[in-house]
Amino acid sequence: MRYLPLTETDRAAMLNAIGVSSIDDLFDDVPESARLERLIDLPLHAGEMEVERDLAAMASRNTAAGSVPSFLGAGAYRHHIPATVDHLIQRSEFLTSYTPYQPEVSQGTLQYLFEFQTQVATITGMDVANASMYDGATSCAEAVLMACRVTKRHGAILSGGLHPHYSDVTRTMTRFGGFDVQVQPPDLNGDETLESSIAGTTACVVVQYPSCFGHISDLRPLAAACHQAGALLIVVVTEIVALGALTAPGDLGADIVVGEGQSLGNALNFGGPYLGLFAARNEHVRQMPGRLCGETTDVEGRRGYVLTLSTREQHIRREKATSNICTNSGLCALAFCIHLSLLGGEGFARLAKLNHGNAVLLAEQLSDIPAVEIVNDTFFNEFTVRLPQPAAAVVRALAAKKILAGVPVSRLFPGVASVDNLLLVATTECTVQGSRDALVAGLRGELQ
Amino acid sequence: MSDVKFTEEHEWVALDGDIGTVGITDYAQDQLGDVVYVELPAVGAEFTKGEQAAVVESVKAASEIYAPVSGAVVEVNPALSDNPALVNESAMTDGWFFKLRIQEPSEFDELMDETAYATFVEDLD
Repeated sequence: MRYLPLTETDRAAMLNAIGVSSIDDLFDDVPESARLERLIDLPLHAGEMEVERDLAAMASRNTAAGSVPSFLGAGAYRHHIPATVDHLIQRSEFLTSYTPYQPEVSQGTLQYLFEFQTQVATITGMDVANASMYDGATSCAEAVLMACRVTKRHGAILSGGLHPHYSDVTRTMTRFGGFDVQVQPPDLNGDETLESSIAGTTACVVVQYPSCFGHISDLRPLAAACHQAGALLIVVVTEIVALGALTAPGDLGADIVVGEGQSLGNALNFGGPYLGLFAARNEHVRQMPGRLCGETTDVEGRRGYVLTLSTREQHIRREKATSNICTNSGLCALAFCIHLSLLGGEGFARLAKLNHGNAVLLAEQLSDIPAVEIVNDTFFNEFTVRLPQPAAAVVRALAAKKILAGVPVSRLFPGVASVDNLLLVATTECTVQGSRDALVAGLRGELQ
Repeated sequence: MSDVKFTEEHEWVALDGDIGTVGITDYAQDQLGDVVYVELPAVGAEFTKGEQAAVVESVKAASEIYAPVSGAVVEVNPALSDNPALVNESAMTDGWFFKLRIQEPSEFDELMDETAYATFVEDLD
């Protein structure tokens, strides 16, 4: 088909029909300060070799987590990804397919989604999981909305141990819906008493497990308090590998478990695309957001897969849909599914132990530095330390020496002075002795 | 024999004393196709006329059921959770959804009777 661009006359006719005089008028609602005055300063054209050279030079200014000792975490973790994962997800049947809109012709896609859902339900200890969401933070917000639908209440209490980015996204997504979202102040060591905040209007309490400071709480008393008050307990997991070692949230009384699945099969990717996990109890399945894949039999009795309970979704239910998500993070879910299949149940538990073991070794080494205090009583593969001086400056100084020392907590809670000296450090199975030694030496050098 | 009236949203309500039994009409179940799930209100829930009270889901659509008259729910049909197909098999009898203790008898009187509903449906086709 030939490309026939619009003529000036066509444009004028359309602008006239909607009552504006120029295309620029259509952008009137965008604040002046957010509009570009002129084109971005980029060359209009350049040769391929030149582009390659310029971009390579730019890329070399990054310090990649895999190339130096790295203790970055706070919701994004660098784990080893078996080569098999990348090899398999690059098959074009997987790589190029979108979430199935004419689902039953895509049996391969549906089968891996079904396996993925089964894995997520198993490790979270829940009855049913969906085919994934955009990321952990949007899963968290969707869980709050779901709890409000289930309980027909509008209040949510967000723990001070919840990753603040998750709280922010939840507040954004609930902002204009008449919800009452209460975020508790930062809670370093699981000392907050959320039970006392639960009221008759509380739809849900949201806690992170382990918390964003690394602390691990026994959630059973909180679950009991929620259920007694007719509220749901939502458990957020940002480091899914932790579930290879910890009691599954479902076994602690969680009603909805959401999380970030990046840790399995997915690289750090500059912060995305990531993989939102979403699991719930069977009794609430019709209030779940997202796509759900089910197993069935065809007319000849053969096993087959379908997208099921689609009447919850917006292409059928329109404005009464449980969510406006009509998609999933297919390729990331596939990578997760392949990685976890390669690990198996025992391998997953062993991976978790390796992660925790490395964190224990790091904690032991760090506690030998007199100026460093370990804040946590409990942790999985990430914990908080208190430095005698602001952590952000220490992290910057060590980054200049090619050591990624962790995430200063002030980056997560800007403007909260009490967290200025706190540093979050994470280890994974990739953390070697040399990396730990480099961090310890670096910190000894920076701290008086 | 109780008095039965109909709404333009294809609900029926049968009045017995001050208790109104609510369901969907045979025409409605036929339009929906195989009913796979019915979401019923909680006993004790109060609705004003026209408010959404239940959801009926078929293999091809999900539709809201509105309270045909104002009232408080006194009973829901327990058989529907195990066997939602009752709505298809006997929409006007065993496939009832819930019972309301009605507040305003005049609201009931304003609804269509069987003949008026039959004409209404005929005009739709």
